[in-house]
Amino acid sequence: MEIGALFNLSILQATIRMATPLTFAALGGMFCERVGVINIGLEGIMLNSAFWAVVAAYFSGSSGIGFLVGVLSGMALGAILALFTVKYYADQIVIGTGINIFGLGCSAFMCQKIWGSRGASEAVAGLPSLSISFLDRIPYLGPLLNNHSILVYLSFLAFIFAHYFLFYTPWGLRLRAVGENPQSADTAGINVHRYKMIFVILGSTLAGLGGVFLSLAHLNFFAWGMTNGRGFIALAAMIFGKWTPIGCFLASLLFGFADALQMRIQTLGILPPQIILLLPYLITILVLAGLVGKATPPSDYKPYIKK
Amino acid sequence: MKFSLKKSPSRFSILPEIIAILLAFFIGALLLLFSGYSPLVAFSALFRGAFGSRNAWGQTLTQATPILFTALAFLLTFRAGIFNIGVEGQFLMGAMASALAGVYFSGLPAPLHITLSLLLGGAMGALWGLIPALLKVYLGAHEVITTMMMSYIASYLTSYLVNYPFKAPGWVAQTEPVAQTALLPKILPPTQLSLSFIISLFLALLVSFFLFHTYLGFQIRAVGLNPEVAENRGIAIKNRQILAFLLSGLIAGIGGGGEILGVHGRFVDGFSPGYGWDGIAVSLVGKLHPGGCVLASILFGMLRAGGMTMTRVTKVPLDLSLIIQALVIILVSAPYFIKAVILRKRDF
Repeated sequence: MEIGALFNLSILQATIRMATPLTFAALGGMFCERVGVINIGLEGIMLNSAFWAVVAAYFSGSSGIGFLVGVLSGMALGAILALFTVKYYADQIVIGTGINIFGLGCSAFMCQKIWGSRGASEAVAGLPSLSISFLDRIPYLGPLLNNHSILVYLSFLAFIFAHYFLFYTPWGLRLRAVGENPQSADTAGINVHRYKMIFVILGSTLAGLGGVFLSLAHLNFFAWGMTNGRGFIALAAMIFGKWTPIGCFLASLLFGFADALQMRIQTLGILPPQIILLLPYLITILVLAGLVGKATPPSDYKPYIKK
Repeated sequence: MKFSLKKSPSRFSILPEIIAILLAFFIGALLLLFSGYSPLVAFSALFRGAFGSRNAWGQTLTQATPILFTALAFLLTFRAGIFNIGVEGQFLMGAMASALAGVYFSGLPAPLHITLSLLLGGAMGALWGLIPALLKVYLGAHEVITTMMMSYIASYLTSYLVNYPFKAPGWVAQTEPVAQTALLPKILPPTQLSLSFIISLFLALLVSFFLFHTYLGFQIRAVGLNPEVAENRGIAIKNRQILAFLLSGLIAGIGGGGEILGVHGRFVDGFSPGYGWDGIAVSLVGKLHPGGCVLASILFGMLRAGGMTMTRVTKVPLDLSLIIQALVIILVSAPYFIKAVILRKRDF
């Protein structure tokens, strides 16, 4: 078996594709954590959005409407998470666990109702790919970056914009303050609860986009539990990326590569896929143990109770 | 600052929990109505399937057993102020260790073989709990993330073990069946209910006694309530947190072993539908008390066992049970929501 069969253009292209849902979800998780809410529910939010995007695309015949509905359903679950954790001080991890179970149950229930099978939906039209003519003129990089789904490019824009927003705008400064020290943020006149609500919803919406990518760009149908732990991998990517947008993106690329490699190795049958699948989690443990640099969360995850 | 660890009966109200559970069923009923099913027919099938006969009870309690183990495991760490969401991993590793002990030890008399296999499962679970404990105590790694990662590692690791080195011949990814001498006796044939259920109840009693009637249990609760005060009183916090993790892993591991030796008879890939995650919910629904956990685990066992009957009789997808479960988890964990919105209490 040649090692060359593993590393070629197609696996790098697959890396970019598989990194996209992770980038969205990791950025989403990052925004939530930056305002002091840990979003364990990323997995359920992604799955739910993946499902409703397909439902909308199926009944409307338009992938654009599917995209929109997918985004809105991410927003809806985000609103539930925000309302319960920020306004009613419910435990973030428990609500997140509930959202994960809800995402799995609701999508399977409705899938059975609509298509008569809880396993998979019928195929729908996916979101278009973009062909950017000037990219073709760049050697190596051109073929690698060109002709991906429109969501892949959106994920690039998302992490660049998130970086600018977080570190170069007054809103970014305020939202970081809300996570790091809600007391002082409040004293400085920032509406802590409103910031938390808005950015938990925004973060969940981003995670929803990751789900939409899976069902409207990667596969063009919905399959039971199709997120397959990617919400948790995204949390890992967020930690590995030290809660920064660029870090999230790079970590997503790495874990996306692991995902692409795992698929390739499965078809070639040279190494048990489980071993590769557990690597991102193992790496995260090592990161948290301080073996790959120190990881300090941007908040203490406690609900802010206004005195 | 003084410790007040006495149970105050006035605060032990379960009204919000009961309302939350009813509300979850009500929302489930609305969902059924909107998707064209009769909630009355569906729920009556669910209750009949869960409590309607001797066999139904057997099924419900069989489903409740692993969840009770994991709930107790979560509870022990939570009482020490640790959010251990890695119970699933401890459960799986324990299950694997017990399965292998059941398959490869031979020539032992049944009581010894069973005890040894269960204890090995417990030890493996404890080991899996020790890793995040050490990471937390000595390196300051937040346990929520590390335990979650440990869960996923366990799930892929056991999947690898059962797909490759310990795979029995055939298409299914499973180990060889455990020896007859390692099988837990069934206590309500023809249902799957095994001695594991009795062990889980016994452990619930033991955990209750430990937490509320021993000095060590008191210390663990003290660490959970207020680590600074506990430290000032001379309690070795790190030590107690590690102990809580070890005991939690031990219970989860025994639970995993009990599920293998009592129900499946071998380790089957993907046999746990997330018992560890259910345990977190059950523990909270049970108000973080072993007795409450027993009741809440029966509620969840009912949803699982009754859900199967409901699907068979009424064609309502089994996933309705999952949806109700999710709603119970979300609503029970938000007592302030129930108090403010349903009970119209302003001051919380």
